[in-house]
Amino acid sequence: MGAEPLADELSRGLDAPICLTWELTYGCNLSCVHCLSSSGLRDPEELTTEEALGFVDELAAMQVFYVNIGGGEPTLRPDFCEIVEYAVSRKVGVKFSTNGTTMTPARARRYASTDYLDIQISLDGASPSSNDRVRGAGTFAAAVRAMERLADAGFGSFKVSVVVTRHNAAELDRMLALADRFGAELRVTRLRPSGRGATTWNELRPTADQLAEVHGFLVAHPKVLTGDSFFHLGPLGTQPLAGLNLCGAGRVVCLVDPVGDVYACPFVMHPDFRAGSIRESGGFAGVWRESELFLGLRQPQSGGACNACGSYGACHGGCMAAKFFTGLPLDGPDPECVLGHGERALASRAAGASTPPGVGGHGKPGRPVPVAFGLRRLSPTR
Amino acid sequence: MGCAASTETGFDPAKPYELHPDVALRPEPFGALAYHYGNRRLTFLRSPELVRLVTELGSHGSVIESMTSIGVAPERRQSFVRALASLASSDVVRARAVNELSHTGGSDGS
Amino acid sequence: MTVTEIAPREDLDPPSDAKTSLQPADGELVEEELLVEEISIDGMCGVY
Repeated sequence: MGAEPLADELSRGLDAPICLTWELTYGCNLSCVHCLSSSGLRDPEELTTEEALGFVDELAAMQVFYVNIGGGEPTLRPDFCEIVEYAVSRKVGVKFSTNGTTMTPARARRYASTDYLDIQISLDGASPSSNDRVRGAGTFAAAVRAMERLADAGFGSFKVSVVVTRHNAAELDRMLALADRFGAELRVTRLRPSGRGATTWNELRPTADQLAEVHGFLVAHPKVLTGDSFFHLGPLGTQPLAGLNLCGAGRVVCLVDPVGDVYACPFVMHPDFRAGSIRESGGFAGVWRESELFLGLRQPQSGGACNACGSYGACHGGCMAAKFFTGLPLDGPDPECVLGHGERALASRAAGASTPPGVGGHGKPGRPVPVAFGLRRLSPTR
Repeated sequence: MGCAASTETGFDPAKPYELHPDVALRPEPFGALAYHYGNRRLTFLRSPELVRLVTELGSHGSVIESMTSIGVAPERRQSFVRALASLASSDVVRARAVNELSHTGGSDGS
Repeated sequence: MTVTEIAPREDLDPPSDAKTSLQPADGELVEEELLVEEISIDGMCGVY
């Protein structure tokens, strides 16, 4: 009858996700230092076009409202437009993430004429010097060019998506101005120690002082989107950040990877958080509704060590991916707990305790991280 | 009658309304999720009876008629009218032209 | 347990009729049943 808080209701899960992240390919022409999917080369077992369209049919039948398509760089798949246009024709909305390098004027016009389509351009700095050190030389210019082409094509409002790092935490106002210039919305998202992010996390993650600035920025600019990934900063303020402050993994969202494996979320692409495969006989619906992993996540979660802290209601113990990949227990503080509980927990971990290793990764062997984009090949120098 | 004649949004339960055609209504145990494909807003309807009402709006000449038709108890009507006014302000439901029915079966054609 | 070193922030526990919407819907008063709640698409981690 509406008496129970909505967050509690949703944390028990739904019969179908509200939306989900679908990584179309591990292939990517860039090699960002923090890539959560360790992208680079396509996986030989990636879903065929037929399988992809069949998955769209499932999503339509389950009334999943929209998919967040990403990768790797999803536009590198030859069947990208076919999949996207099929999805929107079945009333499954599409929002895709792209590095913008494939955004020709013709592509921009094609996207502009497609219904139920949203686009998110990835950018991690307000200028080439801060952006390109993470994403590769030439990537800032390519992203801005993509934005110009979307604007020229009359696409309408798109999104600029920023992973907050030590190098750009002080630039959020400038990134907001950049987004405003194109009539775009700014989205900021949290860096997790996932994928290639595991090796760079300690150098890239914002300092505690910077996180306080980020919190102040979010409070000052409520229209900036987050995908709700900063709720662990809530205790810095006098009230929780706007939003449900709820981890949706396995409850209202999940991730489907390029080979059809289903994970709780894009930041835990690890066997411990793999729920199943859409290639199983029950398809995606079977995994969503019956997998042991998801049913477990939909049980009431114990706050564990965090229960004694009065801020738990605001932060809900933070992000399970951040805890998992730093070797912290899931029923304890987030490594970036703003009250310092995470630092203490990290320090008191047994010496020699290991963090879960990243699994495989699709990076191109021998390829620099990050890799330059679009630079003319100069004659070799010494 | 106990129903608000109209709210500041101009919602009038004596007029006909309908579920907005850009809205997908997905049943859930607690009621339904309503997702508006146009403005991308997500709304939770937390009562199965409200969901039935929203679905039925297009078949009746007024909101009041719809409530009568599905048997909304008199003491709940004010809450439901307020809920519908809220849904109207976020475009989940919208006013219909008088004499136009979303579903067949009415005495007036459009 | 280390968590007891820090004074708890009780003001941060959300009220029972949780402030979950960015735009308050009609009927949000504690006494009335909350029939409609709008949630920002930005309201849950993973929904973006």
